[in-house]
Amino acid sequence: MKEVVNLPVKKIEEEEYHINMGPQHPSTHGVLRLVVSLQGEIVKSLKPHCGYIHRGIEKMCEKDTYPQIIHLTDRMDYLSAHINNHAVCLLVEKALEVDVPERVIYIRTIVDELNRIASHQLWWCSFGMDMGGLTCFFYGLRDREKILDIFEESFGSRLLHSYYTPGGLMMDIHPNFQKEVKNFIQYFRKKIKDYDDILTGNIIMQERTKGIGVLSREDAISYGVTGPSGRASGFSCDVRKRHPYALYDKVDFREILGTEGDTFTRYMMRMHEMRESMKIIEQLIDNIPAGDYSAKMKAVIKLPAGEYYQRVEAARGELGVYVVSDGSKTPYRMKFRSPNFSNLSVLDHISRGVKIADLVAIGGSLDYVIPDIDR
Amino acid sequence: MNFSIYDFTSFNQWIDRFLRENLNSFWAIAVEMVIIGLAILLFYALVGLFLVYAERKVCAFMQNRVGPNRVGPYGFFQTIADFIKLMLKELITIKNADQFLFNLAPFIVIIASFMAIAAIPFAKGLHAIDFDIGVLYVIAVSSLGVVGILLAGWSSNNKYSLIGAMRSGAQIVSYELSVGLSLLTIIILAGTMQFSAIVEGQANGWFIFKGHIPAFIAFVIFLISSTAETNRGPFDLAEAESELTAGFHTEYSGIKFAFFFLAEYMNMFIVASIAATVFLGGWMPFHVGGWAGFNHIMDFIPPFIWYIGKTFFVIWIMMWFKWTFPRLRIDQLLTLEWKYLLPINLVNILIMAFIVLMGWHF
Repeated sequence: MKEVVNLPVKKIEEEEYHINMGPQHPSTHGVLRLVVSLQGEIVKSLKPHCGYIHRGIEKMCEKDTYPQIIHLTDRMDYLSAHINNHAVCLLVEKALEVDVPERVIYIRTIVDELNRIASHQLWWCSFGMDMGGLTCFFYGLRDREKILDIFEESFGSRLLHSYYTPGGLMMDIHPNFQKEVKNFIQYFRKKIKDYDDILTGNIIMQERTKGIGVLSREDAISYGVTGPSGRASGFSCDVRKRHPYALYDKVDFREILGTEGDTFTRYMMRMHEMRESMKIIEQLIDNIPAGDYSAKMKAVIKLPAGEYYQRVEAARGELGVYVVSDGSKTPYRMKFRSPNFSNLSVLDHISRGVKIADLVAIGGSLDYVIPDIDR
Repeated sequence: MNFSIYDFTSFNQWIDRFLRENLNSFWAIAVEMVIIGLAILLFYALVGLFLVYAERKVCAFMQNRVGPNRVGPYGFFQTIADFIKLMLKELITIKNADQFLFNLAPFIVIIASFMAIAAIPFAKGLHAIDFDIGVLYVIAVSSLGVVGILLAGWSSNNKYSLIGAMRSGAQIVSYELSVGLSLLTIIILAGTMQFSAIVEGQANGWFIFKGHIPAFIAFVIFLISSTAETNRGPFDLAEAESELTAGFHTEYSGIKFAFFFLAEYMNMFIVASIAATVFLGGWMPFHVGGWAGFNHIMDFIPPFIWYIGKTFFVIWIMMWFKWTFPRLRIDQLLTLEWKYLLPINLVNILIMAFIVLMGWHF
C-alpha cells in the first residue's frame, strides 16, 4: 500500500520566471541588463545590473589635469556633452574665482539649451520606438541632425564636443552660428507640432501611458529622481531655477511641474522643455555681446586645497561634480552625481505590477543613458 | 479559339480539352493539378517579393527616407538579393530545442497561407477551386497558421519566443471572431458563400455601397481584425521587437526565418484580397447605374487589373497604419476585441439582416 503524501502544490499562477532584458536588447538603450521576474506578462520585480560599460571615469580623473577631465565628462552622458563640460568648467572657475567674459556665458547658455533640445529629440525618437511607432524615430533624428550640423560647423564635432574649457571656450563661434540657430528655431517650432500629431495625440499612446508607472512626489524626492522625470511628479528640482548658474537667473522661462507622475506626464515634461529651451535661446541669440571667447588662464590650472561642489541641470536631471583638491594640478578625488543612476534606481519601484510592454514604456520615459549610469 | 483577358474560362476549357484529348482522365487531372500548383507557387513568390519591396518603399516615404535604391532600377531587385542572402545563410540549430517541431513550424505557417490563396478569384474564370463555401474555407485555413506560430514559440526553448507565441495565440483566437462575423454581415447581403457568386453579385454595385452603413462598418471591422490576425502593426504583439526582440521567430535564421517573413506578407495579401473581393467587388469593374458610357470605359480595364488595384489599395491602408501607430498592449488588444468590436459586430449583423429583410439595400 502506497502512502499518500500531500506534497505542497504550488499553483501555476504563482510561478514566477525570469528573463534577462539586456545587455543586448532593443529597448534598454545600451548595455543595461534588467533581470525581470515575471508572472505571465506581469512584472513582479526587477533588478538592474549595471557595469557593462564601466570605464572608471572617476578614477581616471584623479590622474588627469582639469582641462583633460573635460574630455572625459563628454563620455558620461554623451547626449548632453556640453552640459557635462559646463559643470566642470563652472567648478574650476568658481574655485579659482575667474571672471569669465560675458560673451562666453551667453554662448554657453545657448549651446546648453541647444544640447538639451537635441537630447530630448533623441529621447523622443527612442520613446516612440519603444512604443512601437517606428516612424517617430526618423522624424526625431531628422530634426536632431539640424542641431548637430550647427554644432559641427561651430565646434568641429557632432557628438563629443569638448567645446568648453576652464575659463572660456575652445574657440569662437562660427560667423553663421546666430543665423543658423535662428533658422533652426523657426524650423523646429513648426516641426514640433508634427511630434504632437504623430505621437502625443495618438489614442493608443495615451491609453498606454496614462496612469502607468506612477511615481509619487515623496518617492521622487527620496530616490533623488531629478530632471523632467522628477518634475513630472511635482518635485521642483530644476537647478536652473533653484541654484542659477550662467544666465538662467536673467532669462525668462518656466519650470514646468507635473502632478500625475505617470509615464505620460514624464513624456509631456520633455515636450514642454523643448519649447522652453527654444524660448531661452530666442531671448539670447540676438544679444551675444562682443568680446573675448576665453578669460586669461594660467597654463597649469591648480585648484587651492579644499572641497568643491558644482551642480548643473543636465538634460536628464541634476548633475553634480564633487572635487577634493590637495592643491596639485590633478584632483585628489572626484565624484560625479549622475542623474541617470538615481533615475534608474526608481525603475523597480514604479514598474512592479505592470506588463512587460509598460516596463519598456516606463524605461523609455525615464530616458536613461547607460554610460552615465556606469561611468 | 478566342482567348480574352476579360474572361479566362475559355482558356481553361481549352487546356482541359487539350489534356483530355491526349491523356486519360486521371492523368489529365494530375497534370492540371501540377500546373495550377506551379502557377500559384510562382505567383506566391512574386507577390511576396514585391510586397516586401512595396513595404520598404511605403515606409521609406512615410519616414522621410528614400528606401532601397541601389540594386536595380529604384532598388527593385533588393528583395531578390535579400532572398538569395537568406537562402544561403546558415540554419542555426538551437540547443535543447525540440528539433522536429522547430523545423515543422515554418512549414505549417507557409502551407496555411498557401492553401488560402487557392480559393481566391483573381479574375473571371481565374481561380484554382471555386468552393460553395469559399468564405468558410478561407477562414478555416488561414487560422491554421497560428498552430505554426505556437509551435515555433513553444519549441524554440526561449522565453521571449514563448511569450510572443502565447500573445499571438490569444490574439488570433479572439480576432478570428470579428473576421468571421464581419464577413457574415456581407454573406447575409450576398446570400451566398461562394466567391464567384459573391463577385457576380456585385456587378451593379460593390457591396460596400450596396449595404451602405452596416457594410461600411463591417469593412472597417474587417480591416482592423484582419490586421490583428496577420500579426501586423499596430497589433504586432507577437513580434514586438522593442519588448520581445523578435517574438516567436527570435531563434529562426536563414530560409526558415524567410518562410515566416514571406507568410506574414502573403497573409496580408490574402486578407487584402478577401477584403477586395467581398467588400470592393473583387475583379468586378466600378459601375455606376445608368451611366452606360462610363461603365463601358470601366469594362475596358481588364478584371485582373481591377483585382490587383483594389487589393493593393487595401494593402496600402494596412501599411499606412502600421507605420504611423504605436503598438497596443495585450490587455488593450483583447479589450478592443471583446468589449468593442464583437458587440458592434453582432448589432451590425442584426441591422444588416433587418435591412436585407426589408429590402432597403440598393
